[in-house]
Amino acid sequence: MTTKNEKKTPLMEIRSLHVNIGPKQILKGIDLTINTGEVHAIMGPNGSGKSTLANVLAGRPEYTVTQGTVLYEGKDLITMLPEIRAREGIFLAFQYPVELPGVPNWQFVKTALDAVRTHHGGKEMDVRSFNKLWEEKMKLVEIDPALMKRSVNEGFSGGEKKRSEMLQMAVLDPKLALLDETDSGLDIDALRIIAQGVNQRRRPDNSILLVTHYQRLLNYIVPDFVHILIDGRIVKSGGKELALEVESTGYEKIKETAARG
Amino acid sequence: MVNAAQLHEVIERRLVTPVKGDQSQVGMYEEQFRAFTNDSKAAGPSWLRHMREQGMARFAELGFPTAQRGNERWKYTNVAPIARATFAPAPTGRMTAAALTKLAFWNKQWTNLVFVNGKFSKTLSSEMAGGVYAANLADALVSQPDLVRSHLGKYASLASDAFIALNTAFLRDGAFVSVPADTVPTAPLHIIFVTTKTTAEPTVTHPRTLIVVGNGSKVRVLESYITLVEDSYFTNAVTEIYVGNSATVDHCRFMVESPMSYHIGMTRAYQGQDSLLTSVSFSTGTAIARNDVHANLDAPGSTCVLNGLYMTTGQEHLDNSINIDHVKPHCTSREYYKGILAGQSRAVFSGRVVVHQDAQKTDAVQEDKNLILSEGAEADSKPSLEILADDVKCKHGATAGQIDLDTLFYMRARGLDVETAGSMLIHAFANEIINTAPIEQYREYLRDYTEKLLPEFKFVAPE
Ligand SMILES: Nc1ncnc2c1ncn2[C@@H]1O[C@H](COP(=O)(O)OP(=O)(O)O)[C@@H](O)[C@H]1O
Ligand SMILES: [Mg+2]
Repeated sequence: MTTKNEKKTPLMEIRSLHVNIGPKQILKGIDLTINTGEVHAIMGPNGSGKSTLANVLAGRPEYTVTQGTVLYEGKDLITMLPEIRAREGIFLAFQYPVELPGVPNWQFVKTALDAVRTHHGGKEMDVRSFNKLWEEKMKLVEIDPALMKRSVNEGFSGGEKKRSEMLQMAVLDPKLALLDETDSGLDIDALRIIAQGVNQRRRPDNSILLVTHYQRLLNYIVPDFVHILIDGRIVKSGGKELALEVESTGYEKIKETAARG
Repeated sequence: MVNAAQLHEVIERRLVTPVKGDQSQVGMYEEQFRAFTNDSKAAGPSWLRHMREQGMARFAELGFPTAQRGNERWKYTNVAPIARATFAPAPTGRMTAAALTKLAFWNKQWTNLVFVNGKFSKTLSSEMAGGVYAANLADALVSQPDLVRSHLGKYASLASDAFIALNTAFLRDGAFVSVPADTVPTAPLHIIFVTTKTTAEPTVTHPRTLIVVGNGSKVRVLESYITLVEDSYFTNAVTEIYVGNSATVDHCRFMVESPMSYHIGMTRAYQGQDSLLTSVSFSTGTAIARNDVHANLDAPGSTCVLNGLYMTTGQEHLDNSINIDHVKPHCTSREYYKGILAGQSRAVFSGRVVVHQDAQKTDAVQEDKNLILSEGAEADSKPSLEILADDVKCKHGATAGQIDLDTLFYMRARGLDVETAGSMLIHAFANEIINTAPIEQYREYLRDYTEKLLPEFKFVAPE
């Protein structure tokens, strides 16, 4: 939690961000600053552009930024390749994680970690240290090691895929985690474990952007800020109580009052 | 066995009614045949001479299968360049063990049979390990004439296939592997056909392999077709495999010939009751290459797995024709082929699974997947099923596609660059087949070998 007297360092500054998918405008001017140590939640109805926002920040090539700027640690993010963003500490936990048949989890995550390390001038991690880290993080997210012997996400259930994303995040230890509907398709137990994993990441040098349709996850991961995204625009921002307001009044009401106010 | 062979012939006749093809070079082959039969070394028993004559006669009748109509088996592969070209019989070649080990898998603990330019090399071949009779076919005709006679030409029918007929006409040296009943040889076998520097003009060889595995036995055999040269030549190979009742054959085929060469490889398998044949091929492309496999499940309870990986680039053309006849009930078959295509290459997969009327409870799956890495590459995938029984479980499918962009983004979002992600995906794609190769040491070799090929099979991300 940030307090009033703490000096805030912006990690990501989004200004007037407009994004198209093909000819279609999806994001219509987003302004958002995420400081280090903060947890932000983006809430909004289906189709409002939540995933688009998370994906454009991670660098998905099909999405074109038509207007606006994004600075990450003071650097222009928009021209950065997706792999460079990842190595610079941005992690997108996918709403729909992709299956990689024939690519072992261990190899994939180790290659990813080594890419981060070498990017920062370090050396690849030796196998023994990586195995130790891998075991430790599997315990943390309570994932079945037998599952992790399989190919990346291949034949995983929705919940298993989300847990696997959390494992990758735990190993890669990013500065900015973008969690896209990480709660969807999870039962309460799984939700609690995931929330626990995310809450452990709350550190003064870490930031989290949670994207969710439902308020449910926010019972477990209490955000510092909540933003309501409707039709490509943030129509309202507030503290954690805004999530409860959405829950009781619904998105339509919020949109109306925001339009009036 | 004779009945089985007759039946096999009936099936082949029914499947394909051969039409006359290109006979423009028949005269040249007839001339070579006369010279070949006049050579005293080619003599052999009278039944063999008769078989060769039948082969020559049938080839002359058929010509190469170039017909535009009624020539379903060769619809996607035009063999006219082979039919029109002139080839001289390959001269005696020279080869060192050191050079050989660089070209292919090599393990001196195995029973190795090496043929250089079609001729048996005693010096490069090894003593046979325990539990198996492995020798040059020409020698086996002297020491095991009855055994050879009861199997040779029984599964590879020359009646309907010009290439098999031509191979049979020039039958002399070749690999003969025989495992008696209830025996497991101590070492795997490796049969190598290598083409070395030839004469200035293109040359032809007709490699022949016969593998006979007795009831209840288990054998591991690798066949390699390799070359020292980047020349144009023609390899016209035929392999016959007899799998006895409750026998297991683990078979791999490694075909890496010159990109300028022609390779026609016919594999014909006959399976007894409760037998298991696993045959996994690896092929690169050539000017025209064909891996033509036909397994005959002619006794209940038998299983065959025919898998393959192919990698083509440049102007290469490769055709996998993988066919299975389910004749008797309760048999299982799996066909799983995968291709990686780069450059302007073209790959064909045509598979045909026929489930005969009596073959109830057949379980058959046939699948071909292609990964297309460049715009100029093309895959023609034609799996097909013909089902004449009513209580069966059959399925087939084919896909051809590029690397999926969502997949690529997922990997990049984890910090992998396009090249690393691409080669990881290509390797994973290949490994799915390599992992099914039933001989462990060779599997390792193949993994390394394909990894070394990867620079030629780069994924280029679209803009
Ligand atoms: N690849 C795409 N091509 C075209 N339209 C898309 C694509 N992806 C998303 N959209 C559209 O963009 C809008 C926002 O989608 P998305 O960001 O996924 O919303 P959310 O995550 O809030 O449900 C929707 O109208 C959706 O149909
Ligand atoms: Mg979404």
